[in-house]
Amino acid sequence: MSRSLRPLVATAIIFAIAYALAVMQFPSMFSTRVLGNFLTDNAFLGITAVGMTFVILSGGIDLSVGAVIGFTGVLIAVLISWAGWHPLTAFAMALAIAALFGGAMGMAIHYLQVPAFIVTLAGMFLARGGASVITQDSVPVNHEFYKWISEMMIRLPGGGRLSFIGLLMVAVFIIGALVAHRTKFGSYVYALGGNPTSASLMGVPVARTTIGVYMLSSMLAALSGIVFSLYTSAGYPLAAVGVELDAISAVVIGGTLLTGGYGFVLGTFIGVMLLGLVQTYIIFDGSLSSWWTKIVIGALLFLFIVLQRLIFAASTPGEKSS
Amino acid sequence: MAEAGYALEARGITKVFGLHVALDNVDFGLRPGEVHALLGENGAGKSTLIKILTGAYQPTLGQVVAEGVPVTLENPQQAQKYGIGTVYQEVNLLPNRSVAENLFLGHQPTRFGLVHRRKMEQDSRVILKRYGLDIDPASELGAHSVAVQQIVAIARAVELSGKVLILDEPTASLDRNEVERLFEIIRDLKSQGLAIVFITHFLDQVFAVADRVTILRNGKLIETRALDDMTRTDVVRLMLGKDVAFSGATAVEDARPLGDVLVEFKNYGRKRSVHPFNISIHKGEVVGVAGLLGSGRTEMARIMFGADAADEGSVTVAGKPASIARPTDAIAHGFGFCPEDRKAEGIFGDLSVRENIVIALQGKLGWFSALNRDEQMEIAGKFGEAMDIRAASLDMPIKLLSGGNQQKAILSRWLATDPDFLILDEPTRGIDVGAHAEIVRTINRLRDEGLALVVISSELDEVVAYSSRIVVMRDREMVAELNGENINPGVIVQAIANHREPAA
Amino acid sequence: MMRRFLSALASPQVIALVGVLLINWLLFPNFFRITWQDGRLFGSVIDVLNRGAPVAILAIGMVGVIATKGVDLSVGAVMAMAGAVAATMVVAGYPAPVAVAAALTVGLLCGLWNGFLVAVLDIQPIVATLVLMVAGRGIAQLITEGFIVTFNDPLLIFIGTGSFLGLPMAAVIAICLLILVTLLVRRTALGLFIEAVGVNRAAASLAGIRSRMLLFLVYGLSGLCAAIAGIIVAGDIRGADANNAGLWLELDAILAVVIGGTSLLGGRFSVPLAVVGAIIIQAMNTGILVSGFPPEFNLIVKAALIFLVLIIQSPMASRLVPTRLMTREGSK
Repeated sequence: MSRSLRPLVATAIIFAIAYALAVMQFPSMFSTRVLGNFLTDNAFLGITAVGMTFVILSGGIDLSVGAVIGFTGVLIAVLISWAGWHPLTAFAMALAIAALFGGAMGMAIHYLQVPAFIVTLAGMFLARGGASVITQDSVPVNHEFYKWISEMMIRLPGGGRLSFIGLLMVAVFIIGALVAHRTKFGSYVYALGGNPTSASLMGVPVARTTIGVYMLSSMLAALSGIVFSLYTSAGYPLAAVGVELDAISAVVIGGTLLTGGYGFVLGTFIGVMLLGLVQTYIIFDGSLSSWWTKIVIGALLFLFIVLQRLIFAASTPGEKSS
Repeated sequence: MAEAGYALEARGITKVFGLHVALDNVDFGLRPGEVHALLGENGAGKSTLIKILTGAYQPTLGQVVAEGVPVTLENPQQAQKYGIGTVYQEVNLLPNRSVAENLFLGHQPTRFGLVHRRKMEQDSRVILKRYGLDIDPASELGAHSVAVQQIVAIARAVELSGKVLILDEPTASLDRNEVERLFEIIRDLKSQGLAIVFITHFLDQVFAVADRVTILRNGKLIETRALDDMTRTDVVRLMLGKDVAFSGATAVEDARPLGDVLVEFKNYGRKRSVHPFNISIHKGEVVGVAGLLGSGRTEMARIMFGADAADEGSVTVAGKPASIARPTDAIAHGFGFCPEDRKAEGIFGDLSVRENIVIALQGKLGWFSALNRDEQMEIAGKFGEAMDIRAASLDMPIKLLSGGNQQKAILSRWLATDPDFLILDEPTRGIDVGAHAEIVRTINRLRDEGLALVVISSELDEVVAYSSRIVVMRDREMVAELNGENINPGVIVQAIANHREPAA
Repeated sequence: MMRRFLSALASPQVIALVGVLLINWLLFPNFFRITWQDGRLFGSVIDVLNRGAPVAILAIGMVGVIATKGVDLSVGAVMAMAGAVAATMVVAGYPAPVAVAAALTVGLLCGLWNGFLVAVLDIQPIVATLVLMVAGRGIAQLITEGFIVTFNDPLLIFIGTGSFLGLPMAAVIAICLLILVTLLVRRTALGLFIEAVGVNRAAASLAGIRSRMLLFLVYGLSGLCAAIAGIIVAGDIRGADANNAGLWLELDAILAVVIGGTSLLGGRFSVPLAVVGAIIIQAMNTGILVSGFPPEFNLIVKAALIFLVLIIQSPMASRLVPTRLMTREGSK
């Protein structure tokens, strides 16, 4: 089995076992209702995590996504509720701003040659600050379009519902997987994460790819902000604090190497579902407190980091320097 | 010089970096269907020439001519368009991607805007077959041996370029069978009319595969000749710049009585690095180590110092068995080591000259017996003066000093620890004449003061002058230990060349 | 010695701090007014010192980590854990010194854990410390059982809000730590070794420096400093808030170190200048507050500051300006 598949298989097995155990304890967890809610409740995290997968595959990190989600939520709420824009125009605006924002971060990372974490940290401050400057309160959105979207869903036998945003996340994962594994851009992202020197010698457009990756991540974060807005029908500047950590965890638990170059978009999907499972289990249990989520995620993160270290360390000595 | 039919030609290339002339009016012509070896020691200008031919550097003066047409190569991609492909020693491919993707990255066949993976893998299979590789194109490149990766790199270069193939030390990390396999491919490509530049340090390989040879030394073209009428000794002589005056000048050391044995290595070696060797070094003597680059001489120095751990054999220091698994062990026994790659392993570029000099002594003293600034100044000043380090201030970052002064500072670093045994790997390479003389003077002085030294150098005259014995390395193996009247450049050259011919 | 002190006063960081303070003064003329009341000093400048202390303390620990080419993302979460331990223990009836000692031990252990991941398992620092960044806050909540644990212990409250010689206790602790750590790294060979490892780990190993112990030490110190900051913050609000204590402060601490002139690529470092960096950040915060701008501007100003520092430190900028200075010095 190829090395890069091993962490993915580990995740899948852990998910299967964990789910089986959870179902043994709470048989009702095996129902279309719970599965449908799985998708809906984790939609915004999943969409962000797809963008984060690209960033991490390229050897970078993006700490700004949570703030971009918050900013987008506020922006569209204000545009719709105060300025009277149609939601779709507001969405387009948010995506365009996010594209510029991500592009600027990518340019800073490439041309200033500074670590991604510090640039995206500045991006995080900027987006959070920008959202708070627009408004400090929660701005509700009451628009026909929102109602229409929330009523759009596929009913499953057994009382489950596939919501629009849940399906949107699935679509983003499918498109993300196609882009990562079946386009030249995708191969450039892996090349960059594998070895930037080789990539550049082999003719990979390093600047364009780096900028593109951060642009994609910010745009998916904005899309995730849109989903979050549809999910909560409001915009709040402090929404989605810490989502970047959940997204990074989902990506790593999904088998993507944190130093870049190895991983699968599909793995991130399983990672997101595993995080969702932990949360759902804790809710079902009732006696466990919500902080166990963080501890379990931290433990899983540690497990996978060490696992990856064991799988990759022996065979690629000195490949990476940064 | 305008000989017709060159696939690639360099005319009167001069390349200047700052004040340093890396290439001085060098001509180089490459014919289709030949394997042309490019030889020279480190700093001879090989890699600069290669970088100019592949567009990584632009020449200061002179022209690159591809198939008779002068061209300007801005970058490697442009060189690729003119049919020039390069394979580096460190395989510059992506171990994390599939073999097929490595062959096609940037040029993948697409269908409906998506990469047509099946076609890419089918095409890869066809290409790989031509190179005698029957591997799954979908498999990860990193899962294959370096040799296979090297062949994939060659395949990519040839497929994308197709006229000129530059192989920059492709065999450095291959074993004998793998090298033979690579050679078959090279011969095959040659018969297809490709022009191939082959860079290596292994003379056997030059004679096995190359048709002509160009030798550079100190940035100058020494000779371009067909190999048919050359012997190994001729080549080594040209490379090392010894129009070896076989003066029979043996070392003066014969007269001097040697001290006791200080360090003795018995069957000391490390797998895949250097074959076991036996050396004993006496107090008050210099043992010279000669050998071409890649002969295992640096590896030998590294395991002596514990920078790499030896996995067989034993070492005794002053008669007592010792265990040297890491540099701190070696330092505790009074060893010191000046590495070959001054910039990467020697200096601390951002730290001051003073700190660079005291660091090893401080390391020996430990965390809590810190030398204060005045003591540091005194030590650095004392050794700096003794070595004649030219720095505006001992507090300036060492990276601003010239190479020669950096080297003196590293030597001072070890002298400050009051060592018994020093290992110097190419201490005089790439430094100016004044610093060179100073370092040779210091080696002589230290020997006379009773230190034991091992000095690796390709400056044969120099080694002969200060060594009492000379160890010759070839193919990661110690092949000879010369002493007495055997110490003359001619014998050394022959030992390096592995060619016993009468010293004419 | 004196001359070096004076030349440090002329460093860009100190000039920037003076600039920020002057702008504050222009925006708020009473900025420099200090009054004496109830045996302690009051005023905006004192406020800057008091509120800047936690980040300054984090920066004191962080600077050594960054000098070795690392980074410690977990300090915010460690703060929350230390605060939670101290608060929960005094509430459970343990004497305050024991609670403080336990909190410091927890911080040290967290730091050593990070050190273990980095030095022994050889995991990238940003990845290694991410684990505790994620899990630490959960552990803190586990300790406090999700509540904000409030307490009335006089010692803890004194650490957070008391005063000594008229200065706020937090600032006094920060100053003491600054002096102690500066002495520790400059009076021993540690500082030199840390810089050597950060500049060139291969050369450091050949020069006989054991980098593993050093890494344990710098990460341990960082954890310890985080615990101290966590206790101060808990004492300040008389309670441990596992959710919000130290939230995002790791980023402020990194920023302070970077403003203090230590490169994220390791090497040369200065503990005092990192503290100056922390004070600059706090002075800007306070300035924005006292001059009546909404506090949210803070984040935007901070982002601008990061970009400014990054641009100044980037290879591109150094190609433009200081090379001329350097070559002049070098050619003497």
